Amino acid sequence: MKSFLVALTLSLGIIAGPTLAQSTGPLKIEITEGVIEPMPFAAPAFVAESAAVGGLAEQITAVVIADLVGSGIFREVPARAHVAVITNFDSPVQFSDWKVINVQALITGAVTMRGDGQIAVKFRLFDVFAENQMGEGLQFAGKRDDWRRMAHKVSDAVYSRLTGESGYFDSRVVFVAERGPKGQRQKRLAIMDYDGENYQNLTGENAIVLSPRFSPDGKQVLYTSYETGLPRVYLLDLETLRRRALSDLPGMSFAPRWSPDGRTMLVSLSNGGNTDIYRVDVASGAQNRLTSSPAIETAPSFSPDGSRIVFESDRAGSQQLYVMSADGGEAKRISFGAGRYGTPVWSPRGDLVAFTKINKGRFHIGVMRLDGSEERLLTASFLDEGPTWAPNGRVLMFFRESRGTNGAPQLYSVDISGRNLKRIDTPNFGSDPSWSDLLQ
Amino acid sequence: MSIKITSLAIALAFGLAACTSIVPNSGLNSTDQTFPQDSPEFFQASVGDRIWFDVDQATLNSEAQSILNAQAAWLLQNAEFQTLIEGHADEQGTREYNLALGARRANAVQEYLISKGVAQNRLSVVTYGKERPVEICSTEACWSKNRRAVSVVSVGGNS
Repeated sequence: MKSFLVALTLSLGIIAGPTLAQSTGPLKIEITEGVIEPMPFAAPAFVAESAAVGGLAEQITAVVIADLVGSGIFREVPARAHVAVITNFDSPVQFSDWKVINVQALITGAVTMRGDGQIAVKFRLFDVFAENQMGEGLQFAGKRDDWRRMAHKVSDAVYSRLTGESGYFDSRVVFVAERGPKGQRQKRLAIMDYDGENYQNLTGENAIVLSPRFSPDGKQVLYTSYETGLPRVYLLDLETLRRRALSDLPGMSFAPRWSPDGRTMLVSLSNGGNTDIYRVDVASGAQNRLTSSPAIETAPSFSPDGSRIVFESDRAGSQQLYVMSADGGEAKRISFGAGRYGTPVWSPRGDLVAFTKINKGRFHIGVMRLDGSEERLLTASFLDEGPTWAPNGRVLMFFRESRGTNGAPQLYSVDISGRNLKRIDTPNFGSDPSWSDLLQ
Repeated sequence: MSIKITSLAIALAFGLAACTSIVPNSGLNSTDQTFPQDSPEFFQASVGDRIWFDVDQATLNSEAQSILNAQAAWLLQNAEFQTLIEGHADEQGTREYNLALGARRANAVQEYLISKGVAQNRLSVVTYGKERPVEICSTEACWSKNRRAVSVVSVGGNS
């Protein structure tokens, strides 16, 4: 657990590297409607500037490549096709060497061991056909154990410069790790990097745990646990791993979600068979009831500005999506397609809501605008559920459960155009992912 | 001749099986002698500890009501028992909704038992949503068994 604590509390020093002529370059990839032709890039092995970081430089290069290729919008021109080798980070780039193999974006990098024992990762990004550097070279310094984070920082910077949008690689995911047969599934909370690396358990398996949710600052997790016998919402501190029940909540509570400022949460309380949405001050426990119909109201999610809430209700006879003010009151239905809709999550960009849709025995992850228009189903399977947004609002993670007596859930991601469906490897089964914001 | 006798024996066995399969849910008239009548095991096996629901419903059909009538009668005779009513859903729904649905189902049972005279302070509810299936196939044959409310009786409560 110690290395995990270090990783969370670490702040990576970001030092601007040697300044070269800055360019706004014409090289840009538009990802708004999804990218059909991935942009070819090359990332020749980062130069190890001291023997102590020899293997590490290659590992860091591999992570950068995996991040960019994994996004689905970049295509690597592999090392075996290269006609040049970068041996000195500061030597001028021969653009013709990269044009000839049709590389559009070139990433060069180097890794150094510093006097204080930290490592530094430097990179530059070039627009090969315009023959200029895109933005300044940057350097990230930190503990050797955090080399993956430094690689992800490089990937985020490259992604951001080439797309004009922020990245999502230096981020983590909390989720429910599951194992055992379907009838006796054991669950615990776990945390990992967005790509499945650096897996750590957060709780034991003594009680069912559900739906963890990262706080906006990434330091705490709200989740539901059955440790007292009833489902109750708990707050887990990721640094100390101490947890506390939000104990003033009567009866059964579940489906917690943070407000954007991290001060309040939305939660469902079930009382007398009726489930309604409450807003609760996390520090004081003060409650505000936001819905009061006899129908099921659950799975609330704040808008990024905190002014509105999207949630699900069966008040019209079946599970559908509604939007109301953050103070409750009248709600407007936004889902009108065939089937049932649940688990709405407001995009961090504010433009879309992601949801689970159940129609004719199939489950889908989808997105729609907040007025219900432009519904797009991104996936289809026996059971897809529980989307969570990447920090930049371009990718969703969710879980997919296979059918039958050996059925089990696994984590997947898909981009919001429906492309690039990928399984995220976890040690056992996984469900209920919650994606953090970009780490600081 | 021997063939004929065998087939009659099989028919008889099937007939008996059909009869005994009705017994566990038939109320207090069970002839089951295995467990004392005031035991949780008797409640489970002979009174019938569970009822089943239609898809996305929490209404009690007539079969459910007759089982709950038997539960209420047993609880009135065995006043030292507390009951925890578990509400469950099948896997064909989202997690949070199924938790709410399970709560609705458990509550429907609680209210029915209260209406039959069982004291409210002997009853409590919990929802498990789709977390604890008893049948694990992914067809209606299993889902119909998982859409259930189970009354768990114990002396001194469950919590």
